[in-house]
Amino acid sequence: MARLFDILGPTMVGPSSSHTAGACRLGLLAQAILGGTPERARVGLHGSFSMTGEGHGTKRAIVGGLLGFQPDDPRLRNSFAEAGEAGLEYEFDAIDLGEEAHPNSARLEVWLGAEGTRIVGSSIGGGRVRLDRIDGFDVRVTGSLPTLVVLADDVPGTIALITGMLADSGLNLATMRVDRTGRGERALMTIEADHEIPETLVADLGEQDWVHWMRRISAWA
Amino acid sequence: MFLSIAEWFEAAESRDSSLPVAVLRAEEKETGAGGDQIRERIRETLVVMRTAVDDGLGSSEESPTGLTGGRAKRLAEAGPRLLGADFSAMLSRAIATLEVNARMGLIVAAPTAGAAGVVPAVLFTLEGSRGWSPDELVDGMLVAGGVGGVIAHRASIAGAGGGCQAETGSAAAMAAAAVTYLEGGTPEQVGQAVAFTLQGMLGLICDPVAGLVEIPCAYRNATAGIQATAAAEMALAGLEFPIPADEVIDVMGEVGRKMDVRYRETALGGLAATPAGQEIARRAGMSELVQLQRRGATAGEGSARFGPS
Repeated sequence: MARLFDILGPTMVGPSSSHTAGACRLGLLAQAILGGTPERARVGLHGSFSMTGEGHGTKRAIVGGLLGFQPDDPRLRNSFAEAGEAGLEYEFDAIDLGEEAHPNSARLEVWLGAEGTRIVGSSIGGGRVRLDRIDGFDVRVTGSLPTLVVLADDVPGTIALITGMLADSGLNLATMRVDRTGRGERALMTIEADHEIPETLVADLGEQDWVHWMRRISAWA
Repeated sequence: MFLSIAEWFEAAESRDSSLPVAVLRAEEKETGAGGDQIRERIRETLVVMRTAVDDGLGSSEESPTGLTGGRAKRLAEAGPRLLGADFSAMLSRAIATLEVNARMGLIVAAPTAGAAGVVPAVLFTLEGSRGWSPDELVDGMLVAGGVGGVIAHRASIAGAGGGCQAETGSAAAMAAAAVTYLEGGTPEQVGQAVAFTLQGMLGLICDPVAGLVEIPCAYRNATAGIQATAAAEMALAGLEFPIPADEVIDVMGEVGRKMDVRYRETALGGLAATPAGQEIARRAGMSELVQLQRRGATAGEGSARFGPS
């Protein structure tokens, strides 16, 4: 259900809630999952993003998001210049993600040092977004709730262990999704919670030897 | 937020509170935020809205396409001719916000960027002549939010979901409800104002030229403000629209769902697909869009999937 400031907002740099604010948020999510401002980004724009994105500042909004700018940040307008100063190199291509893909979709590949990640997501209207894939795993991330992304060994009991730790921390889960590369390989878990994910939980999870990588993503206002 | 206008009014009545307080309580419950915090954020939202109106009125700068920019200023400088001073100013204020939006200025999507001009134009114009206080304006925004929440739930507030009726129509209904409440209207009259607004905007298509949030959006925001004020005037005079607001909202949802995809923000039909609209798209470098528009014109429904929202 829509919240009050979905209706009386978002406060944003124009001109389009989907092609500008939503595009910015896809960049923000890529940056958050990478864990910092990327040094290099390759962005593929699909459908309407590629066709009408130019006049909507879609590219500038995505680059701004990669730099950590929120949808209401006036620096979005000059994000190409800001990227130069921040040492972010970027390139854009038109891509075809297929008939089934949402018309406002993008694939963002970002790199920082030895780290790299690839996300696919869509801007689904009114500035709301949805990530569908992270590094080839199926996910469900909206950014509107505090989110935890955990890459773990796909061994029996990991899901129970994680959910147990979440329960012990008193966290109420809104959504949870698990996808794995193959039996006994690796599984990516995305968890959206009703409240901010506690630092102690992140620290505890980080100590487990079956956890390979983890990101905590704050919800946007 | 509420599932229906009726549920909202019921919640207010049963707790012996007002319409804005019922919205505030619902938002507190859903988000855990405090009432003061929510009211403060609305005040900040109003500041952004006001700044956008002022910036737009004060600037002759054109958007990158040249389709908008400076028109609000021109209209304001021309002054009222056929309309009274308030209505004339309301038109230019609505256009001002959309012009700021088109050149990547800061706006409040209320409920969307494409309809961002309506609520501020109506509220900031009438607050002067009606003497509403800043706190009352916050109450008005809460009422507007309550209406928008119901429409988002029962129908749609996105052009891609329900055409322009869902965007400027929703914004106008929000503004009409706010004005009616602030003028001392009863909850019933607030509901009437919503019904009066939407009945006059049913079926309005979303057909942005070159896929840009400029034409006709800027001018539709302007006339939507007039619709909203007219609806509030009728509701406050005690006129009754015999179909309840919730049922009018449901009709809007139904019309939106049945609307051809060309008229739902794909830029493949309506004004966008006219010869003049195609020429503007071509000049804006959107030759692929023009090809689709031409194909759509001969093939009818089908391939139209692309567009902003």
